[in-house]
Amino acid sequence: MRLIKFLLFFISLAPIIVFAATDIELDKAPIDTSDNASLQRGAQSFVNYCLTCHGASYMRYNRHQDIGLSNQDISERLIHTGQKVGDMMFTAIRKNEAEESFGVVPPDLSVIARSRGADWLYTYLRSFYRDESSSSGWNNLIFDRVAMPHVLYQLQGQQVLITKSANSEKGTPEIKELKLSVPGLLSKEEYDNFVTDLVNYMVYLGEPHANYRKKLGAIVLIFLLSMLGLTYLLKREYWRDVH
Amino acid sequence: MSKQENSFIGWIDERFPMTATWRAHLSEYYAPKNFNFWYYFGSLAMLVLVNQLITGIFLTMSYKPDASLAFSSVEYIMRDVNFGWLIRYMHSTGASMFFVVVYLHMFRGMMYGSYRKPRELLWLIGMAIFFVLMSLAFTGYILPWGQMSYWGAQVIVSMFGAIPFIGETLSNWILGDFMLSDAALNRFFAYHVVTLPLLIIVLVFVHIIALHEVGSNNPDGIEIKSNKDPKTGIPVDGIPFHPYYSVKDIVGVVGFLIVFCGIIFFVPEMGGYFLEHNNFIPANTLQTPDHIAPVWYFTPYYSMLRAVTVNFLGVDAKLWGVILMAGSVLIFSFLPWLDRSPVKSIRYKGPIFKFALTLFVISFFVLGWLGTKAPTPLYTLLAQIFTVIYFAFFILMPWYSKIDKTKPEPKRVTK
Repeated sequence: MRLIKFLLFFISLAPIIVFAATDIELDKAPIDTSDNASLQRGAQSFVNYCLTCHGASYMRYNRHQDIGLSNQDISERLIHTGQKVGDMMFTAIRKNEAEESFGVVPPDLSVIARSRGADWLYTYLRSFYRDESSSSGWNNLIFDRVAMPHVLYQLQGQQVLITKSANSEKGTPEIKELKLSVPGLLSKEEYDNFVTDLVNYMVYLGEPHANYRKKLGAIVLIFLLSMLGLTYLLKREYWRDVH
Repeated sequence: MSKQENSFIGWIDERFPMTATWRAHLSEYYAPKNFNFWYYFGSLAMLVLVNQLITGIFLTMSYKPDASLAFSSVEYIMRDVNFGWLIRYMHSTGASMFFVVVYLHMFRGMMYGSYRKPRELLWLIGMAIFFVLMSLAFTGYILPWGQMSYWGAQVIVSMFGAIPFIGETLSNWILGDFMLSDAALNRFFAYHVVTLPLLIIVLVFVHIIALHEVGSNNPDGIEIKSNKDPKTGIPVDGIPFHPYYSVKDIVGVVGFLIVFCGIIFFVPEMGGYFLEHNNFIPANTLQTPDHIAPVWYFTPYYSMLRAVTVNFLGVDAKLWGVILMAGSVLIFSFLPWLDRSPVKSIRYKGPIFKFALTLFVISFFVLGWLGTKAPTPLYTLLAQIFTVIYFAFFILMPWYSKIDKTKPEPKRVTK
């Protein structure tokens, strides 16, 4: 019995250990969804750079009250398309126009952080490099032949791919590295911070209620834990005469 | 009852057996007094069922079973419906926890021999509930119409296509189209919210009636009914379900809710196991994902489906996979007749059974883990080995359960 219990416990941990390993090495996104200043900066960048081609069509503008913006702030700072604050964040580009320019319709970004994960987005937005062989002139280290051009290149600058062949006979055949060839408006650190804010915002965008959810969860768990004590005492009282 | 003739309850009792039912099933239903931790999961399964029914009704109010609207209606529930996110997470977490609870409930039965005579039919009804639950999970997972909903369903439906002669016609009939489309989404919605819930409610009711007819088993696997107090006719080792087990189950319910709410409020995706990452991408009929994995509760069977890689006895490998997969679920139904041990409970069974059950549990977990992974030659080989172990547990049981060295059962239940 004890052996079975031990094995069960051990096996139940196995998927957790295994799940930690992934194929591609991603950089850890240093995000904090409780940081409203960062989320507001991210929201600003999102409407300026992303919303031109990508929609966030499950999100209403006035929802940004969550991150400390008033309706007036929202209509002044976030809405550039003449929409109302209660409207959804639709993109300005038409589907057929987008398809003509990029070959695909740019995906909606409402829940992109939930399918890709923050780390992937953080790495992706920092891994564009010049590639003349692709139609947009850009490629990405973790998304080969991506249709999206590097929208933020003025900020980051232009990177090039350097492929080194490893010397060891049976080691990794090649090491891929990105090197900045043309500097942008922002330093590396500034650009990383810029992307952090943007990714932070997209994580918020994926699940706007997440912070409230955790807050409510703490109260629910405190209530349940006290109920556990009370119900256990009740049970013990009733079971006094069972031998 | 005669005392209450003039009361309100008396009035009802003359017209409907209210007090009699209360007594037969609660206040005078005698359950063994030695239930342990494993005996919480039956009542917890009912709790989760009620959770699914109630949250499901509220989800239905805002969900749209239409291929072009389904995905966005789910996000609408998550964002614009008051506490919609909570209702949806309760339902999605409830689906996974239903399987957790039911798997533990079944494992309890396997440990203590709860499927043995006179509880064979009780076990079979339970298996029927399990099949309906699997169908509910399958039809429900399609509804958000994400990439995994779509392609996961595609895999399952293509299994019907592997059946010789009628396969193609059958899968077209199930889908109502030549491919998985809006027509299928609509009918799966109908099954998920009407047909299957009705079936499961009826089966759970029948399961409980059957249980109360034969009486509960217990961790010692002995019949408490064979030792009754000669004066009262009450089993000496039995205690009334109400209030003893009703108050005890409340503790179990609160303990369960702590885990349940911990997931809902803090890790609703459960690292991609309860809500898969790829299901946050709307279904795209033209883009097959690199890696299709079902939700965790189906992965052991999915592994067995993929394990057969060669045609055998003139039967196609794919069809063998389907046969194995169906067999891996159905084979539980034969347990009452496969187990030839003179004792019921693992407490008095010998080392061979303990070893076999442990191996079985390990193979179930390994197959489950393999089912979440993309197949590689090593993984496929592992899946084949553990599929053999999985089936050997059942098929060899008539022999090893007979030759196993058992301990004598006690006369009375032990602590």
